[in-house]
Amino acid sequence: MAENQGNANGSQKIYDEHVPEIKFTKLFINGEFVDSIKGRTFETIDPRNGRVSARVAEGDKEDVDLAVQAARQAFDHGPWPRMPGYQRARIMSKFADLIEENIDELAALDTIDAGKLFGMGKTMDIPHAATCLRFYAGAADKIHGEVLKMSRELHGYTLMEPIGVVGHIIPWNFPTSMFFMKVAPAMAAGCTMIVKPAEQTPLSALFYADLAKKAGVPDGVINVVTGFGSTAGAAITNHMDIDMVSFTGSTEVGRIVMQAAATSNLKQVSLELGGKSPLMIFDDADLDTATDLALIGILYNKGEICVAGSRVYVQEGIYEEFKKKLVAKAKAWPVGDPFDPKVQQGPQVDKQQFEKILSYIEHGKREGGTLLTGGERLGTEGYYIQPTIFTNVKEDNVIVKDEIFGPVMSLMKFKTVEEAIKRANDTRYGLAAGIVTKNIDVANTVSRSIRAGIIWINCYFAFDNDCPYGGYKMSGFGRDLGLDALHKYLHVKSVVTPLYNSPWL
Amino acid sequence: MVLMSMHEQTRPDQRETYKIPGLSEYSFTSDVDRRREIYRSKRDRFGSTQMAARKLLLLSRYSSAHLRSIGSVSLLLNLSFFHLSFAFAKSLSKMATEAHHQCRSCGWARGFGSYSSSSGVDEPIIPSVKITDTQLLIDGKFVDAASGKTFPTLDPRTGDVITHVAEGDAEDVDRAVAAARKAFDEGPWPRMTAYERSRILLRFADLLEKHNDDLAAIETWDNGKPYKQAAEDEIPSIVRLMRYYAGWVDKIHGLTVPADGQYHAQTLHEPIGVVGQIVPWNFPLLMFAWKIGPALACGNTVVLKTAELTPLSALYAARLLHEAGLPPGVLNIISGFGSTAGSALSSHMDVNKLAFTGSTETGRTVLDLAAKSNLKPVTLELGGKSPFIVCKDADIDQAVELAHIALFYNQGQCCAAGSRTFVHESVYDEFVEKARARATKRVVGDPFKPEVEQGPQIDNGQFEKIRTYIKSGIESGATLECGGERYGSKGYFIQPTVFSNVQDDMLIAEDEIFGPVQTVSKFKDLDEVIRRANNSRYGLAAGVFTQNIDTANTLARALKVGTVWINCYHIIHAALPFGGYKMSGFGREKGEYSLRNYLQVKAVVIPLKNPAWL
Repeated sequence: MAENQGNANGSQKIYDEHVPEIKFTKLFINGEFVDSIKGRTFETIDPRNGRVSARVAEGDKEDVDLAVQAARQAFDHGPWPRMPGYQRARIMSKFADLIEENIDELAALDTIDAGKLFGMGKTMDIPHAATCLRFYAGAADKIHGEVLKMSRELHGYTLMEPIGVVGHIIPWNFPTSMFFMKVAPAMAAGCTMIVKPAEQTPLSALFYADLAKKAGVPDGVINVVTGFGSTAGAAITNHMDIDMVSFTGSTEVGRIVMQAAATSNLKQVSLELGGKSPLMIFDDADLDTATDLALIGILYNKGEICVAGSRVYVQEGIYEEFKKKLVAKAKAWPVGDPFDPKVQQGPQVDKQQFEKILSYIEHGKREGGTLLTGGERLGTEGYYIQPTIFTNVKEDNVIVKDEIFGPVMSLMKFKTVEEAIKRANDTRYGLAAGIVTKNIDVANTVSRSIRAGIIWINCYFAFDNDCPYGGYKMSGFGRDLGLDALHKYLHVKSVVTPLYNSPWL
Repeated sequence: MVLMSMHEQTRPDQRETYKIPGLSEYSFTSDVDRRREIYRSKRDRFGSTQMAARKLLLLSRYSSAHLRSIGSVSLLLNLSFFHLSFAFAKSLSKMATEAHHQCRSCGWARGFGSYSSSSGVDEPIIPSVKITDTQLLIDGKFVDAASGKTFPTLDPRTGDVITHVAEGDAEDVDRAVAAARKAFDEGPWPRMTAYERSRILLRFADLLEKHNDDLAAIETWDNGKPYKQAAEDEIPSIVRLMRYYAGWVDKIHGLTVPADGQYHAQTLHEPIGVVGQIVPWNFPLLMFAWKIGPALACGNTVVLKTAELTPLSALYAARLLHEAGLPPGVLNIISGFGSTAGSALSSHMDVNKLAFTGSTETGRTVLDLAAKSNLKPVTLELGGKSPFIVCKDADIDQAVELAHIALFYNQGQCCAAGSRTFVHESVYDEFVEKARARATKRVVGDPFKPEVEQGPQIDNGQFEKIRTYIKSGIESGATLECGGERYGSKGYFIQPTVFSNVQDDMLIAEDEIFGPVQTVSKFKDLDEVIRRANNSRYGLAAGVFTQNIDTANTLARALKVGTVWINCYHIIHAALPFGGYKMSGFGREKGEYSLRNYLQVKAVVIPLKNPAWL
């Protein structure tokens, strides 16, 4: 236990100067911050210590109705879809600039809400929100339909039209990145939207709503309704006047979202769901690179990431040595207060997740897995868990099958490329996969063979604004990021008219 | 702000006007003054004559019943075709100019209206902008030409010298190409992330926006275009274009490619290397932006030669681009002449790609030099004689206004000018009457005045060439509805001129005049107008005016041109590709298409072992 101790205990006293004043706690509807109609609020908790950071308006169905009305009005009659893409882009660029002016405060909000590393927020999550906006701002004036090759005397073309009012339901693990992964392409497309942030992490989304208004986003284009999935979330997914719902979260809730869409107005759905992504390390891999990738693959953001490399397959030739190095590095992994710049891992997001992860660890032990390191909570306060590695587990063990969403790795051995492919694909998920090898044939064969939306070869978490990602199988459908995400928010309309005396067809 | 200060400097119109019965309100100073001005206003440098070089205009005695000469001698130019060397063109232009001056100008009349005038340019408004950059830009530094030579750049309102600019030649081109080569082979530009390149272009756009008024003032001063047009249309459109390309930088996609067997195949879209670009004088900064935007977005390095008539604005903008963070050597600018610097760039063995905008004749030379040197790929945006077709169901008032703008915008110095106006016979008379009325109302004068719609032509060579064409139009029997003369007595102003009853085989209907000369002809049916519109060696653009969707669709496909504007004209947006059919050139600028000019496509193929699918 001693190896992983950062300063998980009593640290809030040291770092409280980073904790910002909470400015926005109300719903953001039609350009205004408003109380929920019922006047209810809920607590948002600092996972470093379990204390209440703020009370936030609890949106419910009536509030969602108001938000949808505002978004509908903004779409049907407002300037947003009617202005040139370039003008939308200018507003989005301004939005990006405003984010860059508020990096510290936004990073701190995500840290006290989600337990995320403050340093990572300042250098990655928040700046990347700005680059994401700029990327899609640059795409807003490049939305091309096509002129078609009709088979007779007809002139045909396609119009790429904004899909309309979009509901975004986003998770708590990347409150900022997820917000912009959804909002930025939908804005570029000309859609209007209702965003429901996770109830664990409502704070930064409200801050972004305020920045959006300051940047000149017209009222009603972005509405933020904070609240719970079973109420506000359900109101969005069941709404008869929302044209599309874009959800990121667990596979279980994704199923509910899709059912709600099916039983309401058949709104379009895109789902980014769970994963149990394999990282395959072959005999020729450089061990230092491989262990670093494996470790960051499961411990980044405390394992609370849908693409976590939670199943690590190592070829038998290097397995023992790999294991030794990996465990040593895991034990030295600094866990503690996420404001501490030396710390690599903060607390899990909340008590529920914390307990779920610990129960999976217990399950792993009961099923006969060998615990190589970790397996316990760290400290006595907050929701810290030790980096945990199991071995001697198989694809039918619960901890290998289920998405744990915590710092718990299943380490397994394989003999051949074919075996690695077969076992890596033996999952209901298909979000991501990692390959560590210098052999180009192995890399190419495995890349095509794995049924997953993104493959990282000799790297991991190599996200990029231009690089789409999303799921195969029960990891969902639709893509976030890249121009694919933009197209998700566009309808294709074909227009056809007869053509007379054309000199060519 | 600049505009305000210029207003303050504006003086009341002190010009004397002489009203001659039956003529428009011309202003003449005395013959002596006129001669003096003639001798002062020589400006026969290569660029000004590259237009004139397409055809030699020979002087011949002119006499015609429906013209009335004002001067003691009436001469008009006949036209014959010669392909000229640049030097020859230069001397010819001088000859034409002198001959013209000797015989003095003639005027003619046919019920002229009264031209709207602003004021003359006897007291030209001097903009407050400071010209700071007059040297060559090589490897991130402003330097003198190797030869130490300079040339003057003139104010087309008066022919006066604005400043002297370093005159680049082959040696300077060599230095610039070497800098661009180093910047491409070893420098950070192609190696930095696309996002970083994009940010530099975005910062450049912000700086251009900030210096909008100064850039516009330089543009007007050097080129003579209306300040309002430069400040409100052109510079903002350049800002917008830079942001457009900044948005492309991180979205330049290769493809993964289906193979016919067990192969993994993909294409890499790589920057092509050192790019040579030659831009014209009619839209100096806009053409600069059209060229460097896609080249830089794709990660290339550039050597750009500005037109010798308008070298100033690109240097100013390039300084801003370096302020925005462009690494040295990525953009090099050579001021100089076509026959020297332009030719050196076109024939350079270490330039990987050439892009040229200018006349069809010079385009031919450029292509020839590329062929004779290292076979560098070339894109050409050349001349045009674009039809503007007014169908019988068109809204005539709108059509008249658009046809007017289509031709007269930028003093008629647009490659896409709607210079052949075809009007359906059922609305022809009404159209001609209204077109004449509109042209007569066009406000000509000092382009720094906000009410002025039309400034001077770029230089004496163009000025004389246009007047020669006007005379040719009259001689060949077209009806001069209005205009036809110089405007004022100083600088290179020409009256908005409208010809009706123009026949397709007249020179004014065949050649690119590049001046404020509208030619109107009559047509009967759609097939006829398609045939006639396409009966041109050019194919840059066309305007179609109709309310009928079927007519619009038929014409859109039938016209052999790179752009068809339906019920609009001169819509030049960032995402819209622009370029020519036939002898108007090849390649497209702007839009996604423009990126193709500046990318190499590399296919990468590798065998696949046991692929899960193909």
